[in-house]
Amino acid sequence: MTARLLPWLFVAFMAVLPLWMHDQYILYVLTSTGIFIIAAMSLNLLLGYTGQLSLGHVAFFGIGAYTSALLSLGFDLDLGGAEPFVLDPQPVWIAFLGGILMAAVFGWLIGRLAFRVRGAYFVIVTISFAQVMRMVALNWVDLTEGPMALNNIPPLTVWWPGEGFVPLYSKEHYYLLVLAVGVLSYVIIHRLVQSRVGRALIALRENESLARSVGINVTRYLVIATVVSAGMAGAAGGLYTHYIRIVDPDIFMFIYTVTMVIMVITGGKGTLAGPVVGGLLFGFLPEVLRDVARPEVQWIIYGAVMIVIIFFLPQGIVPAVGKLFSRKKKHPRHDARTPTAPRITEGASS
Amino acid sequence: MPEFLQHLANAVILGGTYALLGIGLTLIFGIMRVVNFTHGELYTFGAYMAFMLAGMFGLNFFASLALAATLGMALGALIEFALLRPLKGADIDTTMLVMIGAGIAMQAGEQLMWGGVAKSVPNPFPTEPVVLGPVSVGPIRLFVLAVAVVLLVVFYLLLNRTKLGIAMRATFQDPDTAALMGVNNGLMYTLTFAIGSGLAAVAGALLGPIFVVTPTMGDLVALKAFAIVILGGLGNIPGATIGGFVLALAEEFGAGYLSSGYRDAMGFLLIIAVLLVRPQGLFAAKERIG
Amino acid sequence: MSAQLAATATPPVALEVRDIAVHFSGLVAISRMTFAVPEGSIVSLIGPNGAGKTTAFNVITGFLKPTAGKILYHGTDLTRLSPDRIAALGVVRTFQRTSIFGGCSVLSNVLTGMHQRGRTETWGALLRPRWVGDEDARLEAEAAEILDFVGLQNRADEMAGNLAYGEQRLLGIAIALAAAPKLLLLDEPAAGLNPSETEEFIGVVKRIRDRGVTVLLVEHDMKMVMGISDTVVVLNHGRIIAEGTPETIQHDPDVIRAYLGQGVKHAEA
Repeated sequence: MTARLLPWLFVAFMAVLPLWMHDQYILYVLTSTGIFIIAAMSLNLLLGYTGQLSLGHVAFFGIGAYTSALLSLGFDLDLGGAEPFVLDPQPVWIAFLGGILMAAVFGWLIGRLAFRVRGAYFVIVTISFAQVMRMVALNWVDLTEGPMALNNIPPLTVWWPGEGFVPLYSKEHYYLLVLAVGVLSYVIIHRLVQSRVGRALIALRENESLARSVGINVTRYLVIATVVSAGMAGAAGGLYTHYIRIVDPDIFMFIYTVTMVIMVITGGKGTLAGPVVGGLLFGFLPEVLRDVARPEVQWIIYGAVMIVIIFFLPQGIVPAVGKLFSRKKKHPRHDARTPTAPRITEGASS
Repeated sequence: MPEFLQHLANAVILGGTYALLGIGLTLIFGIMRVVNFTHGELYTFGAYMAFMLAGMFGLNFFASLALAATLGMALGALIEFALLRPLKGADIDTTMLVMIGAGIAMQAGEQLMWGGVAKSVPNPFPTEPVVLGPVSVGPIRLFVLAVAVVLLVVFYLLLNRTKLGIAMRATFQDPDTAALMGVNNGLMYTLTFAIGSGLAAVAGALLGPIFVVTPTMGDLVALKAFAIVILGGLGNIPGATIGGFVLALAEEFGAGYLSSGYRDAMGFLLIIAVLLVRPQGLFAAKERIG
Repeated sequence: MSAQLAATATPPVALEVRDIAVHFSGLVAISRMTFAVPEGSIVSLIGPNGAGKTTAFNVITGFLKPTAGKILYHGTDLTRLSPDRIAALGVVRTFQRTSIFGGCSVLSNVLTGMHQRGRTETWGALLRPRWVGDEDARLEAEAAEILDFVGLQNRADEMAGNLAYGEQRLLGIAIALAAAPKLLLLDEPAAGLNPSETEEFIGVVKRIRDRGVTVLLVEHDMKMVMGISDTVVVLNHGRIIAEGTPETIQHDPDVIRAYLGQGVKHAEA
């Protein structure tokens, strides 16, 4: 029972936090951490539940960010015809949805691809995909401004009775918006993995041949997972770009994917709470280390933590803590069960 | 036509280094089933060692090269011994993640040690280009190609003609049987990783005088090495050699005739294209699935 | 009516394997294999190691495309279909080594096996309308019945990977049953079981047949094969060398020479 309540208690705590926490810097860190947690949750759907290691996940994040930024700023594009194609600035929410959609379309492509190339090949293809995206962002200057970055991206808005759409300039408000999107993402993943669809995804991770032999169309479900995952990462990218209000090609850097991967495996891949726990840890670790260590040293610590976790807590923090609790609790329950347990052995020996 | 020949010459020279990088990586994957994310960092390490020995200590460039390669091998052996040996039997994703962690730490270490400012290794050759008909090439580049070719040949002889090479290939084909035949698989793994790392380090040291040395120089190179290895088929050594030259040709001609901005994207586009047509790479035999 | 049927006709053919050949890069794994499985019967495929039994299973269930020949299931050609399409037609298999989802609970293993009986897709899962809850409840009840059937009802919450070996084999059957098979292919289900567990297993397979499921069995345990088969097909070096009732097979000189000689002795010992 407490296990069911725990996430909601956490959300309630996070929701009232801005009422007494006015430190703008901490709110900023929490907001950007929250955005990365959403991205990590989306990665977890692929890495943790379907067992596909995608190391190009930042591509979906970046595609969401760029698409949303471009749609909200408007652009004109010389496509070789007489008249350039002109798109007027769109309302931010339309742009944001456009970013999700575009990321989801690329997710569909990668999902289709994932079944042609497996294992190490898939990993490298996904890395390449993110790199190609970075090159496009760098070189398609007409559209993306290349290394000069897209600036002055409008913030997301919220509808308020009597006032219409109000831009979210305040840190508190944007923080709450990210929290709301985070909760929604969590609920989406929760419902998905605990359904027939989720069982099909997990079956793919656990035993692909067996999954196929009981009639699961694994291609179809892997594509569903990549589309949902990519769309969610695109949403995180949109939140990010309208928050920091600038986007440049460095958003596609491999290190961001690595950050998401570290969050997921540290927290516990294939668990609902894992990316949240891992995300908070790695969102705040740099802040804690900031005063005591130079950035290079921080990164050395990151790398070392990653290795240590894989060596000593390969399942991640959440399952390890869960095991600790269930071991304490399980003993009486286990005893109650023992009388019935040997039934099968009895039957077998008769 | 002269332009074409010039591109071809550039591609061949570039291809030699790419092949060095590729065979190191594919050797490690083929024998150990490890996707080595520290490869780019070993390349960077080699470049910095060349800078330190030749640039700071004023050592002879050729001696620095040999020393950088040796140090790269030692570092590779250390990585294998400390990180991969304890993970024996772990799945490929696990070792891959550990290698990513190690790569991050190594790159940050280089940044810490050398700072972010680019360094350059002194060029021991005259800068006056050698002109051969329509093609002109810097002497250092010719030297790089020569060393790459010599190393490739030595590597083939090592693998195919020596007892050590035969033992390594035996481990590659069937570790259990190799063990029964008296091959020390653990030693073979350490040696494999050391040789692969040495090849990466020497590639970095070789290119030091041509490009500048920075802590992040290995990022793109590592990804290109992956592309080369994929083109040739993971674990396929001749494939990686050919893959190195194919990538160099694609980059050189892509940059020359299509768009120079997308030069570095060529490899990735190429692997995506290749994998769509042949999911096992250009030269790999079809692997059994399941 | 039923008396008439029984008197006049042999039961209809469920599965027909027609001239199947499988070559792996020049190596012949199966050459021209032809046999039929009548509906409602238990047919066993036996033969020494490497005779092509598992290959035959892989071909029938779509994991492997044959070089030549046809597989007909009630007249439908299976040779070009994917494994999941074949499963949807009611042809379900188990695997020799791991036939479970080790990281999931026993109950969720069976629920996963029931995939085709559910209708919930992405939107249903996300919006959870009433019928999705009803479907879940219905499937869970059915899953409990299946666990009951194989005798694992008390292990529903256990992690599948933690089960004892014999229980894991039973769970493998339960997952296959969950997929609502009309034709069930069992790949060495009794391998590694002790004699008493095998005994229990024979009972389960017979009860499956009695529910109207046709069974095709690959098995090394001759006691099991001779005890439950209606028909035995003997393979050697990729070809069928004999086919008949257990009694005729046991006395077939070719079979005895190729394979059974030791097997029968072993089984009688």
